[in-house]
Formats: sequence, C-alpha cells, structure tokens
Amino acid sequence: MRLDPKDVKDVEAALAANGYLPDAGLATSVFLALRLGRPLFLEGEAGVGKTELAKALARWSGGELLRLQCYEGIDSTSAVYEWDHARQLLHLRAAEAAGEVGGLDDLERGLYDERFLIRRPLLEAVSPREGPSPVLLVDEVDRADDEFEAFLLEVLSDWSVTVPELGTIQAEHPPIAVVTSNRTRDVHDALKRRCLYHWVEHPTFEREVEIVRLRAPDVPERLARQVAAAAASIRASGVYKPPGVAETIDWATAVAALGADELDGPTVDATLGTVLKYREDQERVRAGGLDELVAGARTRAGR
Amino acid sequence: MPAADPAVGFARALRAAGLTVPPYTVITYAKALDAVGLGSRDRVYWAGRSTLVRRPEDLPVYDVVFATFWERLATENRPSEVPQQRAVALDREDDDSSGDEGDDVEVDQVLRWSRAEILRTKDLALCTPEELDEANRLIDSLRLSGARRRSRRHRPSHRRDELDLRRTVADALRAGGEPIHLRWRSAGDRPRRLVLLVDVSGSMSAYARALVRFAHAAVTGRGNVEVFALGTRLTRLTAALATHDADAALASVSSSVPDWEGGTRLGDTIGDFVERWGVRGMARGADVVILSDGWDRGDPAELRAHMERLARVVHRIVWVNPLKASPGYAPLAGGMAAALPYVDEFIEGHAVASLEQLAQVLATGAGGGNR
Repeated sequence: MRLDPKDVKDVEAALAANGYLPDAGLATSVFLALRLGRPLFLEGEAGVGKTELAKALARWSGGELLRLQCYEGIDSTSAVYEWDHARQLLHLRAAEAAGEVGGLDDLERGLYDERFLIRRPLLEAVSPREGPSPVLLVDEVDRADDEFEAFLLEVLSDWSVTVPELGTIQAEHPPIAVVTSNRTRDVHDALKRRCLYHWVEHPTFEREVEIVRLRAPDVPERLARQVAAAAASIRASGVYKPPGVAETIDWATAVAALGADELDGPTVDATLGTVLKYREDQERVRAGGLDELVAGARTRAGR
Repeated sequence: MPAADPAVGFARALRAAGLTVPPYTVITYAKALDAVGLGSRDRVYWAGRSTLVRRPEDLPVYDVVFATFWERLATENRPSEVPQQRAVALDREDDDSSGDEGDDVEVDQVLRWSRAEILRTKDLALCTPEELDEANRLIDSLRLSGARRRSRRHRPSHRRDELDLRRTVADALRAGGEPIHLRWRSAGDRPRRLVLLVDVSGSMSAYARALVRFAHAAVTGRGNVEVFALGTRLTRLTAALATHDADAALASVSSSVPDWEGGTRLGDTIGDFVERWGVRGMARGADVVILSDGWDRGDPAELRAHMERLARVVHRIVWVNPLKASPGYAPLAGGMAAALPYVDEFIEGHAVASLEQLAQVLATGAGGGNR
C-alpha cells in the first residue's frame, strides 16, 4: 500500500492508531513528505521520538523498515551493497574443479551475479519488490562523515543506485524516507534542502501524558500524570541530559512495576536511574529535594 | 499554482530578514501550500516551517516574519507586490553590563615585554600596526596538520593486517580463477577533530584577533575543525571563518559576535558548549583548545564542574594562556586555577612563536602534561 493521506488529520489518526502521537507540526510535515514524495529530516534532542516515527510509519504502511544506523567511517559496503567475496572465491574454485572454466567473460559474469550480491539498506530501498514500499530510516546521520552525506544526497535525490557490474537500479516508487540527526554537528545544507525539515521538541505536558498512557497502558492515569509532570520539571532544572519521552515511559513503567500508584519520595529515589543516566544529574536532582519534586509534580498533575 | 504569489512574497520577506532561502525551496514551499491549503493558520505556518527553515536558530526569525507577513496579508486580503521590508534580528538581551573589575586587573598584565625583539616572539599587545600586519602574515602562513586518529575506512596496504577480499577476487579473476596473490588492507587514519574555544572578552582584546586568525588558518588549512567564541555568551564561528580570505573572515566574525570585547562568563559559556555541542558528540575524542586568560567573574566551582565533564569526553584539552609568558605569572586566578587540573597541555599564547608552538603541540597528538 502506498500511503496517500487526504489531509493532515488523516496522518494524525493513522499515526495514533499505530502507537505514535505527533503534534500538529510534525503531522503536517509527515503529510507533506508523503504528498510531495520527499524525505523527512528530523532533528532534535535524543529521546524525543525521531526514530519511533519511522517505526510507526512502517507499521502504518505495512512495509519493511530498512534501518541504516550511521557511524563515523560508514561507507558504501555497509550502506549500499557488498559482494560476497568469500562465496565468489569458492565459486571460482568450484568452477575450476568441475572443469567449467570457459572464457574469462563467462567466468566474470558468473561471479558478479545477483546471488553474490549482499544488499544493504540503501540498495534494498530502491530495489523492486512485491507488496508495500519500505520505510527507509537513516538514523543519526550526524555521526557519519561528509563523504557519506554527499553520497546519501545522491541516493535521496534520484532514488537510484549504480552497481558497476550490474547497472543502475531505479526505484519504481520512491520509498518513504526518514533521516534523523541529534545535531552533534550541522549536516550539509544541500542534504537538508532535499528534505522537509522538522525540529522535534519535547512534547507538551498533556501530550506526554497521552503518550505514556498509549505506550504503557498498565500505568494508572494519575501516576502517568505525576511522572510526566516530574519529568518536565527535571527537564527544566538544567540537567546535562534532559530525559526524553522514552525515559518518561520507562520511569512510569518502573514505578508501576514497584506496585506504586502514586509518586512519592522513596519511590523516586529508587527509580531515578531509569530517568537520569548521569551521576551528576542524579546528584543535582537529589540536592534539589525529591520530596519537593514529588510535591510539585502532584500539584501540576492535579486530580 | 494558486499559492505561488504569496509563497514568493513570503520568501522575499524571509530573505529581507536575513534567512537563506534558495529558489528551489520556494517551489517546494508553494507545492506544500497547495497541498495543505490556505484555510488554516496552523497548516500554513507548518508548511513553511518544514520547507523553508533548516536550522532551529532560524525559528525566531521565521516566527516574526510569519506573523507580520501573513497576518498583514490576511487583514489586507490581497497579496502585495513588494513585501514590507523589516529588519528582524534575534532577540539578544544582555544582562551583563560588561563589568570592569576584570578589565582593571589585566592592564598591568598586558604591559609585558618579551625579551627577544624579533617579531615572532614579540607580544602581540605591543606590536605597532605595521608589525601586526607582518605578524598576521606569519599567522596566515601557519598550517595546522593536527593529530590523526584511526579511521574505520580501510586502504590497500602491504602490511598483513586484514585480507582485502575484493581485490583478491578481482586479481584471481585475471589469473583465470586462481587466487595466487593475496591482497591486504589496513585501517586508514584521519585528522582528529579539533575544537577551538576562543575567549573574545575585553581582557583578551590584544590577543583575540590573532587567535581568531590562527583559528581561521586552522579552519581553511584542514578539515574537521570547529570554532566557538566565548564572551558573555557562546557564538559558533565555524561558518563565518570558512572563507579563504582571512580579512573577510575576520570581519564576518566580528559582526557575528554580538559581544566582541565585552565581558567573559567563562564558566557559563564553556558549560553551554559542553551541554549543547560537546557531550552530544562534537567534543568526543577531539582535541579541544581553549584560548583564554582564565579571568572569570563567575563561580570557579561551576567552571570546575564543566571542565571535569568536558575532560571525560575529549581526547585532550590544551589551554593557551597569553598571560603565562609574563614573569612571575602563576595560574592562581579563580577560573584558571579551577580549570588547570583538567588541562593536558598548558601553553603560552602571547606571540606568533607561541602559536607556532601550539600548532606543534597539536601535531604531536600525545597526551600527558599537567593531568
């Protein structure tokens, strides 16, 4: 199925049905990305749900999620394709042993055959396939280097990949593509221009409560509200690594697993490690007073 | 396209406000407007945000231009030919009244002679304009190669590190299918990332220009360099320094740093760097050079905490302090004393020769020093 939502509301409803609650801006960006056939470039703090969106899109379309995790030094053999050289060598020896060594051309043709080709995510994304088109997730592109960016730009603009021994492979339908960045460095402007850009913010309080309720249905509503309020005030307290939505969900799940249906000082103390992963951050929040944090969260959560 | 007129007008208004809006993106924007329709303010707002804005820093400008342009359009109800020209700048409130206590202290620190009278070792604060020109030429000619680190990219090699199957197969094919020659490869190396944090406060004014010039030589001379100015706030300079003409680059830097020769809040700005850029990845495994005299009016404990955190992610911290060359100087000033335990190399920065020394220290890549 190709995703062809009629309007932004369609997108909101479909993503919500697949476990993702976008805000109005992100829903509009997704709608435009699908309508204009452009990749979506998501930038924002770690843990605001960038990768999760791609997964929700894949669930919605029913297509395969092709994930390319970037790292420094990533090159075409891990991003596009690689020949299975070990099998090629075996093939050569086998052909020789069977006395099949004909002309050099035949030998070469046999060697650079599709069965020896290992497809990596970018080639997989443009290859013809049965069924729904895949969702390509290029994750944390800021970790890759400039050379890789240039190369990615080429694939994202033409949706074609050239394997010298086989020829050019062109996608029939451009796949849905999501590129994410934590902004450890600025990605080249040309790549961003090719995409639709969206800066993902931490969700508002009410939305975060909805997200926790959706993703952790076992957590009682009152607890979800209190945890979301506490997470928001930790974010505002200037910690080094502000907790993302994923941490809020973990935290709520952890507190609920301990059998508590409300936040209190000792429970926060016991579960702080699920939401703050640096010793300095934990010390800072403890120094601010866990009881004060709980009291503030309860007031804000209301009900 | 019905939305083409307002799209072009809006793009012009954004350009007038200082955003970069290439024609290509305006076409996308017009298509996006067509897709979402002009009925809802929110949809129009987000259509523009996702197609015309590519950096979070540009969002405040976008918001202001959006409000003035579209809301005026809505009230007048007709697209105008020439959008109103408005100068829109980011709101830069400054609560720091470029205090004086720091400036008083360094007056006698600047008046300091180097013993040798050759220009290379002459204190930059004491150079005549002609001498400065010459010194600038010397700095421009500095080429920083910098330390290298192992990369994950491989290159062909005769060292038998790892079998290069791709070339082995290609050779075997040429030999009629027999892998006679084994080919080898080994990991290559690439320049280690270099991050320069330049203090541009009043107390550093005599040296800041030369140091930014040095930073320019570093940015254009090799890849993988990031430059930030530390003043009352943190300003990223990498893009401003990217042009090859050193004078043009410097002019562009002074105009992009709102607090050039103002005060310093060393603790705050280094903390800002660590939090917004450093630990996210920019400083990881990098050589970080801090060019500052270490005068800080803030709380030394805060600077110590930020330095400690920085030291845990970087490869090496080099602190360049122009005051270090003065006779009898000891790093006792609050900020400097707090930072020193986390500094791997502590070197002078008052003359061209000391910048050459810095280039050398960076090229050797070895750690050690005071830590």
